[in-house]
Amino acid sequence: MRLLPVLPVVVPLITAAALAVLTKLLPRAWSALIAIASTIATAAAAALLLRDSLQQPIVYWFGNWKPNGRMALGISFAIDPIGAGLATFAAVLTAAALVFGSKYFDSVENHFHALILCFLGAMCGFSLTGDMFNLFVFFELMSAAAFALCAYKTEDPGALQGALNFAVTNTIGAYFVLTGIGLLYARTGALNMAQMSEALASHPADKLVLVAFAFISCGYLVKAAVVPFHFWLADAHAVAPSPVCVLFSGVMVEMGLYAVARIYWAVFNQTLHADIASLRILVVSIGAATAVLAAIMCFSQRNLKRLLAFSTISHVGLMTIGVGLFTAGGLAGAAIYTLGHGLVKGGLFLAAGMLLHRFSTVDELDLHGRGRSEKWAGFVFFAGAIGLAGLPPSGVSAGDDLIHEAARAIGYHWVRWISFFAAIITSAAVLRAACRVFFGWGPRREEQPGGAPKTQESRETDRSQQRTPMTMIAPAVALVVAGMFLNFTPRLKRIATQSATEFQNSEAYSARVLRAAPKRTPTAPAPAPENPLFGISAFACAALGAACYLFSKSFRSTSRWITRPLSVLHGLHSGHVGDYVAFLTFGIAAFGLVCVLCLR
Amino acid sequence: MSYLPYAVAAWLFLVGLYGVISSRNLVHLIICVGVIQSSSYVLLLAIGYRTGAAAPIFVDIPVGTPAVDPVVQALMLTDVVVEVTVVALLLALAIQVHKRHGTLNPDELRKLKG
Repeated sequence: MRLLPVLPVVVPLITAAALAVLTKLLPRAWSALIAIASTIATAAAAALLLRDSLQQPIVYWFGNWKPNGRMALGISFAIDPIGAGLATFAAVLTAAALVFGSKYFDSVENHFHALILCFLGAMCGFSLTGDMFNLFVFFELMSAAAFALCAYKTEDPGALQGALNFAVTNTIGAYFVLTGIGLLYARTGALNMAQMSEALASHPADKLVLVAFAFISCGYLVKAAVVPFHFWLADAHAVAPSPVCVLFSGVMVEMGLYAVARIYWAVFNQTLHADIASLRILVVSIGAATAVLAAIMCFSQRNLKRLLAFSTISHVGLMTIGVGLFTAGGLAGAAIYTLGHGLVKGGLFLAAGMLLHRFSTVDELDLHGRGRSEKWAGFVFFAGAIGLAGLPPSGVSAGDDLIHEAARAIGYHWVRWISFFAAIITSAAVLRAACRVFFGWGPRREEQPGGAPKTQESRETDRSQQRTPMTMIAPAVALVVAGMFLNFTPRLKRIATQSATEFQNSEAYSARVLRAAPKRTPTAPAPAPENPLFGISAFACAALGAACYLFSKSFRSTSRWITRPLSVLHGLHSGHVGDYVAFLTFGIAAFGLVCVLCLR
Repeated sequence: MSYLPYAVAAWLFLVGLYGVISSRNLVHLIICVGVIQSSSYVLLLAIGYRTGAAAPIFVDIPVGTPAVDPVVQALMLTDVVVEVTVVALLLALAIQVHKRHGTLNPDELRKLKG
């Protein structure tokens, strides 16, 4: 199949256009079926690409405008296993979200399906492309679809504010990216990443290149929601429909990190390689700050979706550490972590959606003990807490393990403690919420300080139903179970490490894209066997923490002393878009300053 | 080629950011996002500009005539399309915010906190 590389982009986009046109004519069930079928076809095409690219990375030139060895005039898709894997994963999560959504919204319109498919097509294109400007355009398509999906409940004031914050911050991030691309084009005269890389490699990096690097990376890091760019994420996740949250949390945020890794290794590596040590400190410390800060915020939430959102930010921090180690092991760890976390977190968001469907609220205190009848949602929550703690054989544990190993090899022993802390706190937060909702343990609202009703969640479904349909239960359970047993996939770590080694081979990438050079087989060392103690102890500590919080009054009052300074932190998450942009500007300025001063 | 267009682009970006941060009205805020986007138009066109060169329409000019860079112009056109989409979406959100919150002042939107 010569056209296979374009199918993951073209299939969902064409279906989306067709559904948008036929929106009035098609009955809802039909449009849902068509959307699901198209998503499955996309997943199949992306999986075939993944299989092929494991043998030999694929370079596809649109309109057959091939490069002459030095210069690329056409636009290419440069597909390697990590990109193709991400596209496949996006399609799988989208399928789960669509199945869940088919009975979820009572008044779902066909444009919901069209938007989701647009979103999927953009994500696939984003992970497959080999062109810098193409990356930006897919990024913007993805963002625009995401903004619209986030504001899908247009009747809900919260949803509008969340979508507005999301849209403004991410658009500004995107314009930093575009400015960076413009500066790089001015220097290199190229837009193809491989050609840019070769043009940059001939000179040492000067201030212009560093500023361009800072702008582009920070623009994508806004999407990846690392501190201090993370503010939009909690707002957007708290208000977006639950099936959409699955995609936001599971892949969209990770796409930002993927882009940073891609542009570094495909474009900047050859010119910035001498400074990799300083760059490593910078990115790893950003990741560590994100992991710790968001874990603390996570534990102090009572809106379940907001809690899960902060947990996502915390885990993205750990993935940022993995990417920021700038080694094959770290990147492979981050890739597996993305899979493991995306599956588990997707299941958790769907379970939160089930609760919202039944009880029209996701406030932990409102739901106190009411979840007893929702056995499946309870199962997903407890399994999710186990998965997030990194208990083997979950995907998170495999990713954690690779990241720790890579960090230890570089001498960053403390990374282990950061990730231990984040795993405990985020898992304890989910456990605490689950025990309260599904077992009715812990204090009721009246006994909880500051427990007055706070959040009003608008319902996503028109009528509360007596039963949760199977189409909601099945995807949630399937996702979380897949996440918990991901590490049973044969040779997962070895394949990931090999793909990451290949991903980071910049010279081979340029040669492959510009001169169709055959692939050099990379040799990755066999990953060390896993240490199950880490995940087990993290989960034990999390369970202990949650139990202490729920049952011990004195623990709660002591923890209030710790959490009092938190009010400052909470105050920073003001929901005010101007504040968020101020932090964003500060973050980019600081990142750029560090780049210009410390590199070179 | 002077530095002026680059200075203008930088100034537009900064002034747009300042506007977004300090805005008291969502419509004003969204237009400030548009100002940031305009900065990228100026930047892209400045990058491709060559003094005394013709427009990149290669129909009735002799071969070898210097022309400005058509690539950045194509980028800018794409950029305009992207901008229109995003700004239209944002303005639609602003209308909806006005309906539901009864205000356009971001200081008074207090639905999401902590």
